[in-house]
Amino acid sequence: MSTFLGMPGHLRGVESFPRAAHRGLTNATQRHNLTHATTTIRDKRAAVVAELDDWQELRAAGSAIKRDVLARLPELLEQFEAAVTARGGIVHWARDAAEAGAIVTDLIRATGETEVLKVKSMATQEIALNEQLAAAGIHAQETDLAELIIQLGHDTPSHILVPAIHRNRAEIRDIFLAGMPGVDPDLSTEPADLAEASRVFLRTQFLRTRVAISGCNFGIAETGTVSVVESEGNGRMCVTLPQTLITVMGIEKLLPTYRDLEVFLQLLPRSSTGERMNPYTSLWTGVTPDDGPQEFHIVLLDNGRTRALADSVGREALKCIRCSACLNVCPVYERAGGHAYGSTYPGPIGAILTPQLTGFESADDPNGSLPFASSLCGRCNEVCPVEIPITDILLELRHRKVTEYPPVPEATMMQTLTQLWSHPRLWNAAAGMVALGRVLGGRDHTITSVPGFLGGWTSVRDVAVPPKQTFRQWFAGSEAQHLLTAARRGAEGEA
Amino acid sequence: MSDAKDAILRRIRDAEAQAAAAPEGRVARSYRTSTESTAGQRRELLIDRLLDYRAMVREATPTELPATIAAVLSEAGATRVRYAPGLDAALLARFDGEALPDDPSSDPRLLDRVDAVVTDSHVTAAATGTICLQAGPTNGRRALTLVPDCHVCLVRDESVVYGVPEMVARLDPLLPVTMVSGPSATSDIELSRVEGVHGPRRLIVILVHPGPPEATPG
Repeated sequence: MSTFLGMPGHLRGVESFPRAAHRGLTNATQRHNLTHATTTIRDKRAAVVAELDDWQELRAAGSAIKRDVLARLPELLEQFEAAVTARGGIVHWARDAAEAGAIVTDLIRATGETEVLKVKSMATQEIALNEQLAAAGIHAQETDLAELIIQLGHDTPSHILVPAIHRNRAEIRDIFLAGMPGVDPDLSTEPADLAEASRVFLRTQFLRTRVAISGCNFGIAETGTVSVVESEGNGRMCVTLPQTLITVMGIEKLLPTYRDLEVFLQLLPRSSTGERMNPYTSLWTGVTPDDGPQEFHIVLLDNGRTRALADSVGREALKCIRCSACLNVCPVYERAGGHAYGSTYPGPIGAILTPQLTGFESADDPNGSLPFASSLCGRCNEVCPVEIPITDILLELRHRKVTEYPPVPEATMMQTLTQLWSHPRLWNAAAGMVALGRVLGGRDHTITSVPGFLGGWTSVRDVAVPPKQTFRQWFAGSEAQHLLTAARRGAEGEA
Repeated sequence: MSDAKDAILRRIRDAEAQAAAAPEGRVARSYRTSTESTAGQRRELLIDRLLDYRAMVREATPTELPATIAAVLSEAGATRVRYAPGLDAALLARFDGEALPDDPSSDPRLLDRVDAVVTDSHVTAAATGTICLQAGPTNGRRALTLVPDCHVCLVRDESVVYGVPEMVARLDPLLPVTMVSGPSATSDIELSRVEGVHGPRRLIVILVHPGPPEATPG
């Protein structure tokens, strides 16, 4: 992942999906890790979803609530701002990644701190907040176990929910030994021991650090309530112990009413970790005297969301609640791995969300390859808890890509064919030359490698040699004419 | 900053015009918003869910409660205990060690030196095993149930509802709420669940109900 054209962010890789996927496909360890993890979580999800006989009704309600949010966004955002402000919070607005980074940097500088804690958050990953803060001399310590593994290993996340899904326990042990100060050199590979090591490492930081940054799962317009849904308790630590809390929230993360949580707190845990409920959910509204941070800021982030909103088909992607169920069922994700998508958002949702947030900047923009990173099998549509029609949006984006940037070789070929098909003589001459391709077949009359840009066709299959003559040549010849005459006679005889 | 706000709101309105999306009308809530059940059924379901999360579960009548609290605290090896300041001090009377009410104005970091904490709870959803702590005198401030390694939580029969919708309906949106479903856990390593990361590693739930306690599970 890289920054692009000066705008900070992790929304665009450096190479197209097919190229990047090749590396994932040849990484046997990663493929093994991913197969194990996605199979496990698919089964868990299926079991807890089957427990609810009103699952489809919950999905329909979740989708309808999110559509309602998208249709009334200005009104709900202003209602949310007013509610947060009334309860002692401070609301900031950021058009893009750089503006959000500058706001957060200034807020931290105002506290005089140079070390902050972070709760895992997709929005802050998307805007490369850690890198922006580092450039300003501020260290952001990740506290989620998987994010910690990524940070210590100088790696990038490859999954929405489990960013280190591509790592196994032995790799994680090695990362901890190399990067975690004061870690026991005899650390085992048992997940419980690895979790304990992270508890010890982070405990003093939780108790010492005065500023924390979080994302937000749901912001309630009616009340100004903000929520963090998590498992480990690092989120609770970050939203409770520091003096100052800064939350970065995408503008689409709103829910109209507090009651709407009854839908999403059923949909999200079962879809993401396959649990009936996640261990901890924190809900807070502004500032509460004698309880938690006494200074609370929330940054409302656009960063391309309004671009997605302008598309009547693609806007449905903004309903996403970042559960990652679509990643876990996707045959393409399972094999290619999350890094191949080059974005904070991998998998099926990433293939539709990323290009919409960034747009296509050129004919060979890596994000232009993402809508094609799918077999359109449709499993993602079925598991999505808010009924995002992922494959419909993939097709829409494919259409948009080739409309905006028609592929040059294809356009040239089509023009040439138009000429040939409108001039029978030219066509006959050209078709006659195809027989020359027989020389490629050699003795066994099989072509194993085609030259030039058509070479991709023969990289995984052989081609039969072309016939000695075309149908039109044969038809004009004596054999065909004999047959025709005989057939006519026969027909007359019967009559 | 208001520049950014105006710009974003303008972009949204432009986008709406371009997408020509129709507003969604009323949201159909055809999912279950309540489920008929008896207190006994809810309790049984709740115990099943809590044990599944590997929480410890005890049952007690209101009269047995002080003895039960003392028993679980000494089983947990706790000597220094804090309790939510709104709890009746008599509940801790049978405990031998140091039990003091939490002072909400004190530095929450000092709670790191405490072995265990005792609080009440606000509402619990049996179907998901989710206990809601609503910041206040009896449930404590948020840090109280977070920093110490062992949380003894009272769940009273009348506060147990069937599902998530009934639970959310009983919450006060203006107060900080922590929903707890079992002890702290992570599945970040190969998606295998490990209990006990940053939150309390031990969650001991005491179900307070009028009936005679059945055989204590777990």
